[in-house]
Amino acid sequence: MATAKEAYDIAVIGGGNAALCAAMTAAEAGARVLILETAPKPYRGGNSRHTRNFRCMHSGPLGPLVEAYGEDEYLSDLLKVTGGKTDEHLARLAIRTSEECLPWMQEHGVRFQPSLSGTLSLARTNAFFMGGGKSLVNAYYRTAAGLGVDVLYEAAVTHLELNGDRIEWVDYSYEGQSHRIAPKAVIVASGGFQADTDWLTRAWGEPAKKFLIRGTPYNRGVVLSDLLDQGAESVGDPTQCHAVAIDGRAPKFDGGIVTRLDCVPFSIVVNKHAERFYDEGEDVWPKRYAIWGRLVAAQPDQVGYAIIDAKSLNLFMPSVFPPLKADTLDELAGMMDLPTEKLKATVSAFNATCGDISGFHPTELDGVATSGLTPPKTNWARPITEPPFYGYSLRTGVTFTYLGLKVDDTAQCSTPRGKIKNLWAAGETMAGSILGQGYLAGFGMTIGTVFGRIAGCEAAAYAN
Amino acid sequence: MQTDLIQEARRQAEICNACRYCEGYCSVFPSLHAERAFSDGDITQLANLCHNCRGCYYACQYTAPHAFDLNLPKALAEVRRDSWESLAWPQPLARRFHTHGGAIALALVIGFALLFWATRAIGSSGGEGFYAVLSHNAMVAIFAPAFLLPLFSIAFSLRRYWAEVGGKPIQISDLTAALKRAGKMQDLAAGHGEGCNFEDEDRFSQGRRHIHHAIMYGFLLCFASTSVATVMHYVFGMHAPYGFWSLPKLFGISGGLLLTVGCGAMALLKQKSDRDLGDPLAWGGDIGFILLLGFVGLSGLVLYALGSTPLMPALLAIHLGSVLTFFLLTPYTKMTHGFYRLAALVRDAQRKRDVSMVR
Repeated sequence: MATAKEAYDIAVIGGGNAALCAAMTAAEAGARVLILETAPKPYRGGNSRHTRNFRCMHSGPLGPLVEAYGEDEYLSDLLKVTGGKTDEHLARLAIRTSEECLPWMQEHGVRFQPSLSGTLSLARTNAFFMGGGKSLVNAYYRTAAGLGVDVLYEAAVTHLELNGDRIEWVDYSYEGQSHRIAPKAVIVASGGFQADTDWLTRAWGEPAKKFLIRGTPYNRGVVLSDLLDQGAESVGDPTQCHAVAIDGRAPKFDGGIVTRLDCVPFSIVVNKHAERFYDEGEDVWPKRYAIWGRLVAAQPDQVGYAIIDAKSLNLFMPSVFPPLKADTLDELAGMMDLPTEKLKATVSAFNATCGDISGFHPTELDGVATSGLTPPKTNWARPITEPPFYGYSLRTGVTFTYLGLKVDDTAQCSTPRGKIKNLWAAGETMAGSILGQGYLAGFGMTIGTVFGRIAGCEAAAYAN
Repeated sequence: MQTDLIQEARRQAEICNACRYCEGYCSVFPSLHAERAFSDGDITQLANLCHNCRGCYYACQYTAPHAFDLNLPKALAEVRRDSWESLAWPQPLARRFHTHGGAIALALVIGFALLFWATRAIGSSGGEGFYAVLSHNAMVAIFAPAFLLPLFSIAFSLRRYWAEVGGKPIQISDLTAALKRAGKMQDLAAGHGEGCNFEDEDRFSQGRRHIHHAIMYGFLLCFASTSVATVMHYVFGMHAPYGFWSLPKLFGISGGLLLTVGCGAMALLKQKSDRDLGDPLAWGGDIGFILLLGFVGLSGLVLYALGSTPLMPALLAIHLGSVLTFFLLTPYTKMTHGFYRLAALVRDAQRKRDVSMVR
């Protein structure tokens, strides 16, 4: 086990995908690297533990990916979700580099598998990790250990001393004691601040207290806020984050993928007053799930209720929590604590505006829409009539926040006075540089891998 | 069957079904993801498909200390052992040997005693080699029922298994698909072919797969040796002892070596594995069985090596005693897993065939 007395060239703060990519790259360049991971070993890997794929540009079939996915198509997919709030230069860098990353990932122990059942729409664009993100993290820790990288778990970094244009030292606590090391260079890859509910509440207001955090409870933004307080340049809006609507019964932290609910397109979604508030059938779910977190957050008590009937139950992936089930809407309203008469009125009004449903097609935009209803449901609008009726509660699940460290195309951090000579950042902690708003599935891992490798390479060049 | 074991496996399977990250590892997950609700029979089938490679455990984001507390390899191992015990016949013997290595050792001692008694009491009225110690007819009288009765018992249990998991009439293609997977032990290789996570946490290794190959093919070679010798004896009138360059000897020696080395290596490998990712109750029974099987191989080799010394009669009784015990315990020890595995793979081949027909 490493001690604080050993001289490290580079300290990597964080233990997820970006941190590991940076550490391995730096170690391969000959640097002595120490990873400081806040989480205990079973929870190592930050949000990467919960990921499942990597969005990758490719000019022809590559690994598990079929056909081709070019730079411009990838960028246009990104711009669609960010509404143009994207640094195009950095985005193109991430996209272009992703193609060489996939074989690099394989060389460093990652294994891929064909697109998972229920995700065939991603077979061309996203490479799925066999076993998911935790197996990727496991493989990287093994490879890093083989390269001589030291890792301390439950090592919480408390302060980076920024003096002018360089980081002088790093303070962290480990095994009940404070330690100080002075590496030549530092790489910050410790994620966003979403697990700090107080910070989230300052940014979002009271509603944030009801948000669920889909991933690690260890991303509390300690290092991020420490650096911002000392004048490091930031990027991104503190209210922006990757947030989706998840099962309201999910745990506060770490619920991960199994808490997602794919039923919305086949349902009506109401708020606690039993009123609909948005077009549930606007687009296929993989393109819409990321806006529903914010939609639900804007409702009273930050909660929504999706209601389906018997004919829709098997059209979506099962959730880990079974739905509430009732033979009548009266009974379901009682179980969900919704105003009964109002719910029945809302359902009746919806049913009355449904038209010809013979063209219903669950996996395509089928144009089976309501007419004269506000808000409309523009696809998959079938009347809710067939008992038993099923209900799910929906809450906002935050994946990660976008306010982060501003970096350039060498992943280097800066203050308003110029570059910080020995500080680089990678992963979610700088993803706001590219994601102004919205989210594209698998892009977080792309940013982490691309900028992790860049940061590791640059930091090693500086340290050597 | 024990409902609490099945219920726990079902709870875990439902979480897996909402995640699906492990789909590429083995046969269990595609089969699991094809269902939305799991009957007891579904869980029994999944349990017998699982080869305990542990890839899914180390890849899982929901293992303890997470509140979901997933440990699918363990949950399925417990259901699996319970299914073998519950389906075994006759029942009084069923719940002794999977969980008690000592019971296997005791049975072995009884096996030795029986054979020593047989060589003394029955002996031989002349004959060459081994038959000078115990006549061919006496050996057949002991081993024909000791071989056929367990087979009958297993056939009976497999019928019950087939009904339990909803099996359909078997086609040749189901059998060939299952035998292919079993022959390569593909389910011990993970989807990427790099093996199990057995002896060193999440490191993939072919160790267990290769060792298991040695045991399985070693056993099959020994079995082939006896079968060939039986045919030579009855059909061609060629009686033992056989020379080194004869099929029975070549099969027997190579098989015995594989069996001995394989079982020894497996017993050592198991010491390195995390017991809590399997069925902790079955630990003693599993080790006892591996040692018994290894002893069958080893005692056969020693008998071959020292067959022309005065030790031969005693060694023969010891070897045949271990063989007798091994055969008689087959329906009630880990040996039975081979039959259930194959049945589960045949059933899974049927499932895949149904899916491809629907498409």
